[in-house]
Amino acid sequence: MVANPVVDPAAGVAPGDDRTVDLTGLQTLIDVLAGRGYAVLGPVVKDGSIDYGPVRKVSDLPVGWGDEQAPGSYRLRRRDDDMIFGYANGAQSVKPVFFPASEVIWRGLRDAEGAVVPRREQHDEGPYAVVGVRSCDLHALGIHDTVLLGRRFADASYAVRRADAFVVAVSCSDPAGTCFCVSMGTGPRPTAGRGAPFDLAMTELLDATGHRFLLEAASERGVEVLREVGGRIADERDRSDAASVTESAVGRMGRWLDTEGLKDLLYASADSPMWDEVADRCLSCQNCTMVCPTCFCTDVEDVSDLAGDSMQRERVWDSCFDSQHSYLHGGSVRRTTKARYRQWMTHKLGSWIDQFGTSGCVGCGRCIAWCPAGIDITEQAAVLREES
Amino acid sequence: MNAALATSSQRVVVEDPMVPRSFVVTRTRQDTRDTATLWLTAMDGAPLAFEPGQFTMLQAYGVGEVPVSISGDPADDGVLQHTIRDVGSVSHALATAETGARLGVRGPFGVGWDVGTARGRDVVIVAGGIGLAPLRPAVLEICANRAAYGEVTLLYGARTPAERLFTDELPRWAAEHGVAVHVTVDRSDDSWRGPVGLVTGLVDRVVFRPELATVLVCGPEVMMRHTAAAFLDRGVAPADVRVSMERNMKCGIGLCGHCQLRELFICQDGPVLGYGLVASLLTQAEL
Repeated sequence: MVANPVVDPAAGVAPGDDRTVDLTGLQTLIDVLAGRGYAVLGPVVKDGSIDYGPVRKVSDLPVGWGDEQAPGSYRLRRRDDDMIFGYANGAQSVKPVFFPASEVIWRGLRDAEGAVVPRREQHDEGPYAVVGVRSCDLHALGIHDTVLLGRRFADASYAVRRADAFVVAVSCSDPAGTCFCVSMGTGPRPTAGRGAPFDLAMTELLDATGHRFLLEAASERGVEVLREVGGRIADERDRSDAASVTESAVGRMGRWLDTEGLKDLLYASADSPMWDEVADRCLSCQNCTMVCPTCFCTDVEDVSDLAGDSMQRERVWDSCFDSQHSYLHGGSVRRTTKARYRQWMTHKLGSWIDQFGTSGCVGCGRCIAWCPAGIDITEQAAVLREES
Repeated sequence: MNAALATSSQRVVVEDPMVPRSFVVTRTRQDTRDTATLWLTAMDGAPLAFEPGQFTMLQAYGVGEVPVSISGDPADDGVLQHTIRDVGSVSHALATAETGARLGVRGPFGVGWDVGTARGRDVVIVAGGIGLAPLRPAVLEICANRAAYGEVTLLYGARTPAERLFTDELPRWAAEHGVAVHVTVDRSDDSWRGPVGLVTGLVDRVVFRPELATVLVCGPEVMMRHTAAAFLDRGVAPADVRVSMERNMKCGIGLCGHCQLRELFICQDGPVLGYGLVASLLTQAEL
């Protein structure tokens, strides 16, 4: 397995550093992070979904919002309480923050001799503090750290954005019907040493006694921030209540993916009739790859002015469901939807393990909810298992 | 804002393998109707050392970028040579580039033929069409150290006599370096006195020790499959047959995802791969 290249910062962090704060303390956390120079991002309601956006006030967060997710369906719903992190997840994970859907790699101008001189684009956005990263998405971030930073060549822009990020992970309290992180071993509670490193783990607690947020430090930076935030030292009741939240979430997972021997099953099933059946429903629309927190395929696009005097090269997200993805002179290698779905699922759940030592799926369920045909990857895997 | 507190010192990136170096075309040669060879030198003057079988991401500024194997002499890192067949918009811009044109170069990338490991062994080189271009550096390296190798054979199949590449060099490799050269064409014309047919038809002519042979194959996938099968039939181990794979590539460094063949990233694990590793993957359609 390829080691996660981002150094685990949790060394030297003690439980005595953990704090419990109220709503005012949550605002203080946002203020402290902003005061330390971070661009603070958190979940916000946008276009009928939860997305990451700039957060300055607690009221910017999705107070009282939940979601309902099913194959081919995502709906926000009004909760009957004031939970702030009471939704499962939005259309996008934290992926676009560190790995934007489009970015300039280099720009070039023609010099006096007519030669193009490419200059690397310097990306100086951030540094970001991201509040509200789910455990599934934290594991996806860890996978991207491996894919984009942990091999021979690194994605230079990703490295810059990632190096300075402050991550506040949040326990999931209300998973959706499409969720299966428990079966993937990726949630629902952020755990230090598993997935990407993070700085604070938050668990939201709302009961008759009030609204509390348990903040557990997972890095020295996290400890420093907590000292500045203040609040009271976390006690046993906070911890046991947080454990109950997790236990309850574990029991309400909507789905399960049996991962036992799945890679070998997929490798042995290249000729399965399942691929024909699923291809009859799959629209090759790429939605699953656009919402997947681990998909990393990209294309490059050259943009130049009419005279060709200035040009730039952009890296944009791509999808293995696009017919051009496998294009060679003479035609595409994967001409059919059947071959493209097989590539996506075999890679995600199978060959990813050979490449990176981990599954490419974290059980977030987005590909199920955002598939216009409601295709369910857990169901397709189960079909292969029944056939074998 | 107190940005200094939160920001590490390494935010300015100087080196990025996605940014090309500019090279200038110093010489061109039209090899066939649709294929040309370019000689390129780096505008920054730095050499570009490479292993036979490696490729660069070659860029026609404003048009696009494609992976192209290096066809030059690995002993000369001051000149980059590419032999390019005009098959699409980018390769057209590259194959028709004129002397003085500037092109972008990233690389070299990938795993090559690893010719050195064939020392002491018989080497059979099998090329189909433009596939001779990525094999030429391997031939040149072997010829430069000819005494280190046993029997060396080149089997080369071209569509027509007019589409043969490196026609001035083939006789020299035979006469000066003791390479047994056999050329066949798919379609003959009045000028042709040699064999007609697929390159696999030449395999029976090769003199070699199957247990001590290394076979290097580059050509269309179907040709590589049949060639590998023919040598396996003659007793060569699958691991001793090396093929050079071609897939769509947008980065050349394992990040863009386009070149995947199941668990393999062709750009980083290949393009040259042991046939034993890919045999079952090549017989599966649309993998």
